[in-house]
Amino acid sequence: MSGSAMWVVLIATSILSFAIKLLGYLVPERWLANPRFQRINALVPISLLSALVVAQAFVVKTHVVIDHRLAGIAAALAALLVRAPFPVVVLSAAGASALVYHLH
Amino acid sequence: MPDVPRPTLRDSLSVSLTVGAYGVAFGAAGVAAGFSVLQTCLFSLLTFTGASQFAAVAVVASGGAAASAVVAASMLATRNTLYGIQLAPLLRVRGLARLGAAHITIDESTGVALSQAPRGTAAMRAGFWLTGTGVFIFWNLFTLLGALGAKALGDPASFGLDAAVPAAFLGLLWPRLENNFLRFAAGASMVFVLLITPWLPAGLPIVTSTVVAVALGWRHR
Repeated sequence: MSGSAMWVVLIATSILSFAIKLLGYLVPERWLANPRFQRINALVPISLLSALVVAQAFVVKTHVVIDHRLAGIAAALAALLVRAPFPVVVLSAAGASALVYHLH
Repeated sequence: MPDVPRPTLRDSLSVSLTVGAYGVAFGAAGVAAGFSVLQTCLFSLLTFTGASQFAAVAVVASGGAAASAVVAASMLATRNTLYGIQLAPLLRVRGLARLGAAHITIDESTGVALSQAPRGTAAMRAGFWLTGTGVFIFWNLFTLLGALGAKALGDPASFGLDAAVPAAFLGLLWPRLENNFLRFAAGASMVFVLLITPWLPAGLPIVTSTVVAVALGWRHR
């Protein structure tokens, strides 16, 4: 991505994020009370975060690949299963992935 | 702020510090995605909603188009609108204070504010402002540290950063999987993304995953 496109991402994301936050203070509550909207809105972060997990762990460009990052995700999953705090989850993933990367 | 109940102060501070510290991971992810230290810090100052920031830099890192990055980040931010709707009658802010409140309307400030309900309205307000500004300060401080650290370390894969970013998303996703339906939604989204990845331009499968949310949320279950 070009340098100017990266500035576009930064500025557009910032403006939209702020507008989205401010919207909550401006619209009447009933506007967003639609149950279908609420159900979908509750699921959107789950779909997006799930997509980001696999897209970052198992994808290179447009290919599905299994590489050293799998060890990292496995370590993160193990840490979450034993209720480790967030920094431990991230650090164990980094450690396991880096280890496999260097051994490989 | 006069007469802030001690437990409210304690809740706000502990959330601010622990959540703010995740900023290290964002700072590192931003630099690893190819953003400069300045741009990475501006994300935390101006966008200031963690999951969206991670999403924007992740889509860029995966070679996606600028529009995919902005749309993915914005869709992750829409829950902040619902937070604002809940907070507006509590905070009753106008003018500049309203702009300030909107900027710090995030998961943590809303969560602490609502959790103070048994201690009364003043405690809820204090919880919102203390947590919002506290997370803002620490998140930005730690973003700078993470960005400088990643710049000094070099190749992201050799210190595991390429796995730390998806692990961070998994860590953000995990506490939301409160029941089997939500776990099913997460699993379905993951399978869907892996299936469509070879057929779409890089970065687009992430945004497209919201189709799963719409499909599952459309009908009352």
